[in-house]
Amino acid sequence: MSKKTNLPAGKRALDLARNNAVPIMFIIICAVFIPMAGFSPSYLLNEIITRMGRNLFLVLCLLFPIMAGMGLNFAMTLGAMGAEIAVILVADWQIWGIPGVVLAMILSIPFSALLGFICGTLQNMAKGREMITSYIINFFINGWYQLIVLYIMGAVIPIMHASIMLPRGYGIRNTVSLLNMRQCLDDLLAIRIGGVKIPVFTFLLVGLLCLFIVWFRRTKLGQDMRAVGQDMEVAKAAGINVDRTRIISVVMSTVCAGFGMVIYLQNIGNLPTYTGHAQIGMFCIAALLVGGASVEKAAIGNAFLGVILFHLMFIVAPGAGAFITGDSMVGEYFRVFLSYGIITLALIMYEAKKRMARSKAGQELAEAQKKEEDA
Amino acid sequence: MSEKKDYNYNSPSKFNDEMKTIQPARRPTELEKAQLGTMTAMVSSFGLPRIIISGFLLVLFILTPFVGVDLPTQITNIINRFSWNAVLVLAMVPMIHAGCGLNFGLPLAIICGLLGGTLSIQLGFTGPMSFVMAVLISTPFAVVLGGGYGLLLNRIKGGEMMIATYVGFSVMSFFCMMWLLLPYSSPTMVYGLSGNGLRPTISLDGFYNQVLSGFLNIRIGNIALPIGALLAFALLAFLMWAFLHTKTGTAMTAVGSNAAFARAAGINVDRTRMLSVIMSTWLGAIGILVYQQGFGFIQLYNAPNNLTMPTVAAILIGGASVNKASIPNVIIGTILFQGIVTMTPTVMNSMIHMDMSEVIRIIVSQGMILYALTRKIEGAK
Amino acid sequence: MTNNVNPLLQMQNIKKDFFGNQVLTDINFTLGEGEVLGLCGENGAGKSTLMKILFGMDVIRETGGYGGDILINGQKVEFSTPFDALEAGIGMVHQEFSLIPGFTATENILLNREPCKKNIVSEVFGDRLNTLDYKEMERRSAASIEKMGVAIDADMVISNMPVGHKQFTEIARELSKDQLKLLILDEPTAVLTEKEAEALLESIRGMAARGISVIFITHRLHEILAVCNKVVVMRDGYVVRDVPAKETSVEDITKWMVGRDVQSSVRSEVRSNDGARTIMSVKNLWVDMPGETVRDVSLDIKEGEILGIGGLAGQGKLGIPNGIMGLYEAGGRVEFNGQEIPLNNPRKCLDSSLAFVSEDRREVGLLLDESLEWNVAFPAMQIQEKFLKRLLGGFVKWRDEKGIHQVTQKYIDELQIKCTSSKQKAKELSGGNQQKVCLAKAFALEPKFLFVSEPTRGIDVGAKALVLEALKKFNRENGVTVVMISSELEELRQTCDRIAIVSGGQVAGILPAAASSEEFGLLMVSKVI
Repeated sequence: MSKKTNLPAGKRALDLARNNAVPIMFIIICAVFIPMAGFSPSYLLNEIITRMGRNLFLVLCLLFPIMAGMGLNFAMTLGAMGAEIAVILVADWQIWGIPGVVLAMILSIPFSALLGFICGTLQNMAKGREMITSYIINFFINGWYQLIVLYIMGAVIPIMHASIMLPRGYGIRNTVSLLNMRQCLDDLLAIRIGGVKIPVFTFLLVGLLCLFIVWFRRTKLGQDMRAVGQDMEVAKAAGINVDRTRIISVVMSTVCAGFGMVIYLQNIGNLPTYTGHAQIGMFCIAALLVGGASVEKAAIGNAFLGVILFHLMFIVAPGAGAFITGDSMVGEYFRVFLSYGIITLALIMYEAKKRMARSKAGQELAEAQKKEEDA
Repeated sequence: MSEKKDYNYNSPSKFNDEMKTIQPARRPTELEKAQLGTMTAMVSSFGLPRIIISGFLLVLFILTPFVGVDLPTQITNIINRFSWNAVLVLAMVPMIHAGCGLNFGLPLAIICGLLGGTLSIQLGFTGPMSFVMAVLISTPFAVVLGGGYGLLLNRIKGGEMMIATYVGFSVMSFFCMMWLLLPYSSPTMVYGLSGNGLRPTISLDGFYNQVLSGFLNIRIGNIALPIGALLAFALLAFLMWAFLHTKTGTAMTAVGSNAAFARAAGINVDRTRMLSVIMSTWLGAIGILVYQQGFGFIQLYNAPNNLTMPTVAAILIGGASVNKASIPNVIIGTILFQGIVTMTPTVMNSMIHMDMSEVIRIIVSQGMILYALTRKIEGAK
Repeated sequence: MTNNVNPLLQMQNIKKDFFGNQVLTDINFTLGEGEVLGLCGENGAGKSTLMKILFGMDVIRETGGYGGDILINGQKVEFSTPFDALEAGIGMVHQEFSLIPGFTATENILLNREPCKKNIVSEVFGDRLNTLDYKEMERRSAASIEKMGVAIDADMVISNMPVGHKQFTEIARELSKDQLKLLILDEPTAVLTEKEAEALLESIRGMAARGISVIFITHRLHEILAVCNKVVVMRDGYVVRDVPAKETSVEDITKWMVGRDVQSSVRSEVRSNDGARTIMSVKNLWVDMPGETVRDVSLDIKEGEILGIGGLAGQGKLGIPNGIMGLYEAGGRVEFNGQEIPLNNPRKCLDSSLAFVSEDRREVGLLLDESLEWNVAFPAMQIQEKFLKRLLGGFVKWRDEKGIHQVTQKYIDELQIKCTSSKQKAKELSGGNQQKVCLAKAFALEPKFLFVSEPTRGIDVGAKALVLEALKKFNRENGVTVVMISSELEELRQTCDRIAIVSGGQVAGILPAAASSEEFGLLMVSKVI
């Protein structure tokens, strides 16, 4: 036991490197790629800041289910769908600018909360494989989302403005323009430093969510959630309503993701109706993992570092790919490969670690017995 | 109600009977009892979603003449699509049997088939020979990649399904790069202008297009039967069925049923699981080649991903669960799923002039997978 | 406690059966305020069932409730959940830890009872959003640790704690409950070092002095004598003795624990196998089986005998067969028939004609989802290639359904397995019949040597007799050496020629089946850890 605290500095550094292998790997990838891509520093900085404002809120939503031990949860995609429905309605009502954004956020709450509740309930029925279940739920609900947006909107739910409707008379167009809403949050209180625009208000919202998460960890519910996340049986024996707590964590995630999606959409300035949410979950999870989080442990710092590194890689990869192979498509595919690869790696490491912890306990016991035998 | 059930048992009953006769004779009373037992067990394990799905399909069939759709064409379509997809669905069976769960890593197997197909064309084979060569070439890839995949899955027992999903994605995106970078040069496959990099869709005319489906294509009335493709599936299904009756196949089922029991009985659990993964991968590779010969095109890049969910959903609709699957499951499931995929667009379109088939397909297939994952009895170890 | 007010706890005529299997009969005892009661008895004597009744565990209600009355301060109570029991002032420290690994001791002590402060958000959204009052939490946990009298680091995370401190954290958690009047400690010293155990006893004395009553369950009998006011000894679901601790001794308690009046239970014809050769020789075996650790066991087994291995739960008797058969990591040397058997390799053991009937029927012993035919024939098919037809010149090994059916039918008849047909699924059978299937599976291997682990656990009396008879017959008619591991000494004495008693992971001694109960009892507790 005492040995552990007196590790030599070299070994400690090695441990640090091993525990943070993923971020370090990404730092190296970025360091190699940036010069190859040949972007100017101010361009890169501008892009990164924009993307942080756009994505951080969404990535932070992943923290709640991780806290409750439900792994990397695709539930947040459901929140994104809820927000998209809200944004479509708000766009149809022609409420633009800040009021539009605020209304969309408020309107998204019932949608995302309902979807979160469904998702949490289903995941409680599939304990031990929450991740794959949430992944499938996300496809399943996507089917219903398409049914509503493609067939019911305009046919049953009245849509007034033909500009967002498909020419056939019902269903929403593939892209809904949010031009009048575009970057209205980002422009609020925005400052420019040497050509780099900093969306102060968006960052304030992100900061608010961070503060909320920090505060939330110190509440009774946060404490219960952490207890449930670590050991459901013990938490249950102590009288905590495990299923309810898990559902709440999913609902919190989806509702926050709804807000996050509205922020994301106002930044982009249009709504890709049928593809907007498709990859959101995957990219947010990849970003969080790149920041050094794991399936069972994630902090706010992981989200920040992850968004910076992941999107830096994303920006420079096509250019670097073109530089190496002369084909920019290779770079496009390479960054997709890295995103998938990083999630695969993180999942494998998590499962392998679980097994290693088990066999290690066995080895220690065996050794202790051996010693006893020798003695 | 009874009608619906009848419908479902019609198609596989012949196969069932065949299997029964191969089994050793038992005393008649017992045989009756056993059949009665399996019937009631099958009905009870049929589950609500499956009843809804088959009911839905039945309604579509009943509606067909009224909305002016040609029934024989529809049936021909279903049989055709069955013959394209059944081998892919069959590829799910070994891994489910060995307890590796639903193979969401199907893109890996498909990649092996794509390598076989493209290399066969690259090497200049044409006609039926190109199909034979595609099968031969994809085999070593399936063994090597499947072996590595099995090794990985053995290290992460319990978390197979999520990791399989992402292994599939990773391999697929890796090969997206490879299709561009590998030195393919056959003019039928590469981009015309630059001369390198494979095209996303490659026509199989002159290669193995319809090589199985066109073989012994018989017309009965207005229904065309792709006997060649069906025979190919029957052969593979028979081999699978036979394998499950051998010593090794029995061991595989036992590993999936209770790994601790199998270990205590002296079975090398890891090796058995590895074998199942290799078998699944090989069958998947063959499955995509069979699919391509019916479809007429090789689809590259992100296309392998499009087949994963329909295939997983099909075997579940057929009555399989996360750790149990049989050949009848494959047949029933593929017919039901392809039935819905073929019938919904035409019938719906003629009826309400709305093509909701894509949405219905998503809801049905994902709902089915979700149902299988959330059932309490399964994998509750 | 001679005052005329009602004692804290009265148990009156408590009865309990599990589906007709009587496990508790007319349990009566009382416990006064501030008294310490030592509860002892062999495994299966009914101690834990009794405590489960007292603590209102779900399993009792699910299996049909209990008979008799529990009175607290003279009031009849009936707990439907453990939370009701907690409410009434009963706390229990279970054998398994119930702690959140990533939380500190303080957080665990106050789990789900954290003192909170209200804030604006919680006024709107409800109490669960109250913020935790960390100062108050520290104060309360410090107070309960102080009450316990054993110093542990309140800020240390559980997963970094030595195992003894985890145990103390659990005790502190119970003590932090203000309403606590009665604390049940189920084998708390099993995981403690000598020194920690001493501290715990001191702590129990302290609790008693504060007026908290304690029920103390342990196999370390000297601890009971050191700390308890009175001792209750249970055997076979009865209270056999209820005496003040001062008036008894370790020897007495042991005798009461294992002693039977009926001498006839001992096997009628005692055989002596002294002349037989040693068929298996075990040297310096260690096995890492969680909860059943084996340390340095050496044992010689004679050809043709039935050797019993007995001992208290958790002392390692189950680890011996599981280790030799390669199911848990093991080291040492095992020779069978003059040849060394490699450890950690189940296949090699089975190849050398060893067979094992596991104590874990459902997890290891059976393919619950498959037919009886598969269950019976599977190992024989895989190991010895029985029930296989060779097709295509031996290239294909085809399952011989007919052979499988015949052998299964043979054992169904022989062992009187109750089933609808040999095609029935194993999970649909009762426990006793499942056990017979497990035996049939081993018999089908036609082994030279058979390990049978807890063959009668959880099965009814009729099936029990049948199983034991089948084992004896198998031993005598086929000349198979049998090693039977069981928690029930009486069963071993009825069946075996010699009985080895395992205590503290080691063989404490080997006695002939005819030896007296006292001798066995003393061996059982001799090296308890």
